[in-house]
Amino acid sequence: MEGMSRFLVCPPDYFSIDYEINPWMRLSNRVQPDRARLQWQGLMKVLADKVGATLERMAPAPGLPDMVFTANAGSVLGRKAVPSRFRHPERRREEPFFEQWFRAHGYDVVTLEEGLYFEGAGDLLGFPDAWFGGYRQRSDIRSYASLSELFGREIIPVELVDRRFYHLDTCFCPLSGGTLLYYPPAFDLYARRVIEDRIGQDLCVAVPESEALRFACNAVCVGKQVVLPEGCAETMARLAARGYEPCPVPLDEFMKAGGSAKCLTLALDQKAGEG
Amino acid sequence: MVNTQETVLLQGHIIDSLILAKVLDAILMLGGAFDLLDVQIGSQRDQPSRARILIRAPSGQQLADILQAIQPHGARVERESDCCAEPAPADGVLPPTFYATTHLPTQVRLGGQWIDVEGIEMDVAIRVGDSAATAQAVPMGQVRQGDRVVVGREGVRVLPLERPKERDIFSFMQAQVSSERPNRHIIADIAGRMTALREGYREARSGGRPDSLVLLVGGPAIVHAGGRDALTWLIESEFIHVLFGGNALAAHDMEAHLYGTSLGYGLSAGRAVPHGHEHHLRTINRIRAIGSIEKAVASGVITGGIMAASVRHDVRMVLAGSIRDDGPLPGVITDSVQAQAAMRDALPGVKLALLVASTLHAVATGNLLPATVPTVCVDVNQAVPTKLADRGSFQAVGLVMDAASFLRELARELGWKG
Repeated sequence: MEGMSRFLVCPPDYFSIDYEINPWMRLSNRVQPDRARLQWQGLMKVLADKVGATLERMAPAPGLPDMVFTANAGSVLGRKAVPSRFRHPERRREEPFFEQWFRAHGYDVVTLEEGLYFEGAGDLLGFPDAWFGGYRQRSDIRSYASLSELFGREIIPVELVDRRFYHLDTCFCPLSGGTLLYYPPAFDLYARRVIEDRIGQDLCVAVPESEALRFACNAVCVGKQVVLPEGCAETMARLAARGYEPCPVPLDEFMKAGGSAKCLTLALDQKAGEG
Repeated sequence: MVNTQETVLLQGHIIDSLILAKVLDAILMLGGAFDLLDVQIGSQRDQPSRARILIRAPSGQQLADILQAIQPHGARVERESDCCAEPAPADGVLPPTFYATTHLPTQVRLGGQWIDVEGIEMDVAIRVGDSAATAQAVPMGQVRQGDRVVVGREGVRVLPLERPKERDIFSFMQAQVSSERPNRHIIADIAGRMTALREGYREARSGGRPDSLVLLVGGPAIVHAGGRDALTWLIESEFIHVLFGGNALAAHDMEAHLYGTSLGYGLSAGRAVPHGHEHHLRTINRIRAIGSIEKAVASGVITGGIMAASVRHDVRMVLAGSIRDDGPLPGVITDSVQAQAAMRDALPGVKLALLVASTLHAVATGNLLPATVPTVCVDVNQAVPTKLADRGSFQAVGLVMDAASFLRELARELGWKG
């Protein structure tokens, strides 16, 4: 997944808190639309100008406040796209829009069997030689058996045990060069052991709890640059110590819905040949 | 029996991810046990693996808890279907693809429910009810035209034997037979079981239910070798409740009573007595004249020995004849199919079977017994216990020893002063 630089994004025109489907969401905690827009534009600017990424914008749809979180559109490898099947009915209405976008942009769209939940790149993240699939909170472990066959990749299911870290991308961020930024207590002991064994203990960079709760792991890495929410000083120091260039962005409006930099993007150029 | 086992499938990258390990750990932590029926491991990293896991739990609730706990990790219950049944084409003829039973507890799936097969024994078929969800083991000869008989293997499952709770010889013997093993502790364990069963028998008798029964299958060598007194005492002391044998056991037992000989040999003197070979014929003739063994006992002709004790203590006796029999004695069943049916009838409630010095009757009984009944086979010829132990039940114990020594030692263990 290294060298990815094309992202699907969706402007926050209709972003708001209309329901509560994760522990971060509070209906009373209203989104300030102007602030959200500015923060989103700030992220886009960093991605486009600083990181040099190409951004594919899709049209937002009224009444679908979470469409801004395109990481959950689906999973993409080469020209193959598997759209998500959301666990919560509130987000299921986004599915046709994402699927339509994939089709309109020439992807081979493969759908999972009915009844299997899978929330896209929110739960399926990879290194060139091993993909990891978060399960128990949103995605169904059984979807990974099918996805592994579809993509021809090994997918190691890891159990998410903390409701606050409901998607894999809230506590697990593969960086270039095989390094992992993660928050270990979000996983059960089996998963922690497997992650450390597979990645190698020296390449595992743990973030402190206070910063995990600011979504330090919900970062976007392109080359040596790591775009992450601001307020994660310790994580930034640890990244810098390993030769990465942290790029903090204010994104607290999106934290009200339980998302940050990574959730707001979907990497589109994972090449089938990689890994 | 409640449904306490289920087969689940787990597939994907389950090995390196420790998902299989996690599922197995969860089963154990929740008090279940598992057998890995089939594990296919992907030969390369990107290839998925697959495991079929048989889960057993001590109760239906625990099984449900286990299934609930492992389902989020991808384990799903294997798709099951009902058993198939076809009508028997004629009396005494099974459909060509009939399911042939083992002696292990067996269930069939009918209308989505697993139900126990009643009266399970090896090498028979399974008959299912027309409307009600019932299933019985049925011997080939007893099937009637149109009976619905289970065919194929789908919807049939054999339950592995659970190890007995008692920590005695039956719980760890693994069906070994050896003439080079000390027998004493084995006999002590058998005596322990018999003491417990007698207690159960006496309690159940007051409640009118024949349960906790001990079956003895014996050959005439018991009398020849000098085990008659010990066996008589065991019967009188209510340790034995069902007796299977042939014409000879009964004939020589009563010959011993009437003439003091067994097949013409003086039991106390230990040598042939003049015209002794006629004694068993005269015995049989006399009982035939009286009409039955029961009448011979009631009228005071036979007052001691195995037969007398059995009649007095209401021991259920099945005497099955064979082709070389003299007489035979009244009550000996000479039609072997009828004899088999009579033996089968007497088996419910049997919780321990002692097969002593009788090849033919021991093997016949072994075939009729479900594997759940602990079985002891005693013979001087190692081939007999070996044949019985080969039935594959870890509750079958073989003892290579003389019948009289076994019965005497057992009786002494239980308090006999002889």
